[in-house]
Amino acid sequence: MNYNWDWNVFFKSTGIGSEIYLDWFISGLGWTIAVALVAWIVALIIGSILGVMRTLPNKAAASFAAGYVELFRNVPLLVQLFVWYFLVPDYLPEQTQIWFKQELAPTTSAYISVVVCLALFTAARVCEQVRTGIQALPKGQSAAALAVGFNQAQMYRHVLLPQAFRIIIPPLTSEFLNIFKNSSVASLIGLMELLAQTKQTAEFTANMFEAFTLATIIYFVLNMSLMGLMSWVERKVRVPGMMGGAK
Amino acid sequence: MDFTQIVPAMPALWEGMLLTLKMLVLAVSGGVALGTVLALMRLSSNPLLSGLAKTYVNYFRSIPLLLVITWFYLAVPMLLNWITGTFVSVGAFTSCLVAFMMFEAAYYCEIVRAGIQSIPRGQLHAAYAVGMTYGQAMRLIILPQAFRKMMPLLLQQSVILFQDTSLVYAVGLMDFLNTARSKGDIVGLPHEFLIFAGAVYFVISFGASTLVKRLQKRLAV
Repeated sequence: MNYNWDWNVFFKSTGIGSEIYLDWFISGLGWTIAVALVAWIVALIIGSILGVMRTLPNKAAASFAAGYVELFRNVPLLVQLFVWYFLVPDYLPEQTQIWFKQELAPTTSAYISVVVCLALFTAARVCEQVRTGIQALPKGQSAAALAVGFNQAQMYRHVLLPQAFRIIIPPLTSEFLNIFKNSSVASLIGLMELLAQTKQTAEFTANMFEAFTLATIIYFVLNMSLMGLMSWVERKVRVPGMMGGAK
Repeated sequence: MDFTQIVPAMPALWEGMLLTLKMLVLAVSGGVALGTVLALMRLSSNPLLSGLAKTYVNYFRSIPLLLVITWFYLAVPMLLNWITGTFVSVGAFTSCLVAFMMFEAAYYCEIVRAGIQSIPRGQLHAAYAVGMTYGQAMRLIILPQAFRKMMPLLLQQSVILFQDTSLVYAVGLMDFLNTARSKGDIVGLPHEFLIFAGAVYFVISFGASTLVKRLQKRLAV
């Protein structure tokens, strides 16, 4: 069995314009980041709202959030992606449907589906972290907030959430990393993100090992940088004299 | 919505589910076995062994499962070819199984390591004191206690793996989800079949997670 190792493959022309294979990886990485970052921001917002709902005394709000979490945690990501990409568009109002299916570029509609899918999927996980963070705070915190005359909204905004978010930075970091890894499912509905570009390079060049090695390195470096970023955030927002390495 | 057409497709869907379950059981057994070995390596005082295990775990935890599945699908036949020198056909099932085992082993390793570390050191010392070797102490004293403690976490990870097996769609293996998709396309009812597949995954995962939580409460000291 002969395999021609060729690490220069990334600098060879793809035969399309003046593109080299490395350009494919760069554009793939761009899509991966574009999917993951946007989905993450939406997931943080929805997840925080749901997490707060789970801790409210209102039974209806709490059980809605609990139901949401169970639903989105117990259905495989791929099934959810198919639902958002193949099923939901068919039930949109007619005008929106035409816009989504015909007027949008295929890449754009795939992008929207993936972002919605990952955002709602990750929101369930963020919700659980936010809830854990709020419940981990001593009861005295909410009691004291109410005692000084805060209403419920003020209590969450000024007392509970600022502390809860600081506690949950480590578990949130791992969800943040997961959303980057999970964004690879986008390759299954034709979005040319990092994994899809890797596969394509492997098929075009027959230099499979080089292509997948480069992809692995990119994911690895991405992971390390995000982890570094999050621990920088954690240090930045740390309240002196409080939990976690009081300094 | 017309769900009646799912009934005639049941035998095919059952075949798909069998493949999913077979993959799950084999991947969990292999993953836990390899994960335990890795955990023991990580806890070893030999820096080479622990460094090796640490690199393995960090490596697999920073790349997407889908990348591993895709890569192994292409690479496993080629690697076997190199090693054996002859052409062996491997098939998507085997290469996916190897991918799941090796990927999940990284996650199981961390669970097992935490489990072992939660056992008081005195247990090991006592085992040595009565004349056991390292192997005996691990096999007869430490691991049985550690596994009991970490059973809920191992099971929860396996529920996640059950959902992740659907990713074999990427290499065209006919698991439960892929069977449902293709049957739905054939009879022209893709939405109904997709919802049905989602509901089945939900019921199994939710049921299993609920049981795991109950087990966790019972095992809690």
